[in-house]
Amino acid sequence: MFKFEKLIFGDLGWGDEFLIATLMTIIVSICSMGLGIFIAIFAAWAKLTLSKFLNFISNFYTTVVRGVPELLVIYLIFFGGSAVVMKLAKVFGYNGYIELNAFTISVVAIGIISATYSTEVLRAAFLSIDRGQVEAAKTLGLSKFQIFYKILVSQVLRHAIPGLGNVWQVTLKDTSLISVTGLVEIMRQTRISSNVEHSPLTFLITAAFLYLFLTTFSGKFFNYLERQANKGFAQTS
Amino acid sequence: MNFFEFFNSFQESLIFINFFKILKALDQTLLLLLASLPIGFVLSLIFALGRVSKNKLLSKTVEYYIFVIRGTPLLVQIYLIYFGLGSVKGIRDSFLWIVLKEPFWCGVLALTLNTVAYGSEIFRGGIQAVSQGQIESGKSLGFTRIGLFRRIIFPIALRRVLPTYGNELILMVKATSLVSLTTYMEMTGIARRIMAVTWAPVEAFLAAGILYLLLNFLMVQFIKYLEWKYNPHLRVTR
Repeated sequence: MFKFEKLIFGDLGWGDEFLIATLMTIIVSICSMGLGIFIAIFAAWAKLTLSKFLNFISNFYTTVVRGVPELLVIYLIFFGGSAVVMKLAKVFGYNGYIELNAFTISVVAIGIISATYSTEVLRAAFLSIDRGQVEAAKTLGLSKFQIFYKILVSQVLRHAIPGLGNVWQVTLKDTSLISVTGLVEIMRQTRISSNVEHSPLTFLITAAFLYLFLTTFSGKFFNYLERQANKGFAQTS
Repeated sequence: MNFFEFFNSFQESLIFINFFKILKALDQTLLLLLASLPIGFVLSLIFALGRVSKNKLLSKTVEYYIFVIRGTPLLVQIYLIYFGLGSVKGIRDSFLWIVLKEPFWCGVLALTLNTVAYGSEIFRGGIQAVSQGQIESGKSLGFTRIGLFRRIIFPIALRRVLPTYGNELILMVKATSLVSLTTYMEMTGIARRIMAVTWAPVEAFLAAGILYLLLNFLMVQFIKYLEWKYNPHLRVTR
């Protein structure tokens, strides 16, 4: 059954190991989310632009990645990633063996998955801005950069915060899958501790509580951000 | 290279062979879905009713259940049921062990628990979106409470949440791949075994990915058909 004494800090328990693993989960989530938003900005732009070719590429990317299980994407990048990178390196004249470390692979894999969801959020947020505002900005003589930065970005962010909050929760939970790459985050640490102590229930319940803690408090943080961003706007609820 | 040479080389390519090897495990994935989705659907409706009920104890219990399931990754839930419960001696000695020793039923249990949490929130949204006027007119026509749910609230709510519930169904198709981590050999499990034998990961996982895409494509068509059939007022007339 549940053994509290296994969770103390120090050499006798696994408390400190779990703390480090939780920090690793948080770091991987933040990096993946950042990478995801970075990709999503381009993908959302490609979806909204008039070029049929770019539309197709972006739609293909989001459809395929969202239609395939996350675990398969991670496997594909984990086992196939270094082969692809080595082939790319060969083009540039480097013939050595390249091994990507687990952290990079994890961030890239989760980032690519997370980006597909962020893309839709950003696209919807962009579409919710009235075209008239851009036209008004043009008649006021704002430059293209000023329109993008002062009119679009500031409002897209405000509209996108609730959606990005949802994406964050999904991303955070998806990081549990990267334990297959060997990166020591919460799930991997659970596996290691269970194997040593022969008491999987204790550590799995700990993992569940840690994830619950992370999702709850980050959810509260996003609610706070939403309130801050919507200051001065009438609420319709 | 003429067409036949191309066709032959394609037929001998690893990805083509893998595709048919993984296709043989499609029934395992479908079994998981066929066992968990219908039960999940019915339970979601019941839980959604519990969530909107005026009984505080009932609605709070359901709320906490949804909170816990939605706040933890599915992988943790699958592991908890398969490895966690299996390690408790009391459960190993009881009749529950008949079910819990099989990775298949553990997978079904975890997937069902998961989809019920998400599904009941979706249905709750649909039920609460039914306008008060419709409920009042139903009441004034003398509907019983059950009749009101059966004839008015459920038909309206289910139609409205079809697209959202469709998303949940697609997420479930993807979620079945996680059951492979409990030694259950469905499509992802077979793909991993092929990878271990041939040491050609990209071909194995691409073949599995194509199969999942096909499965999801069929799912999307099914949902679109349901929407077309049950939302005739939203059909686009050309």
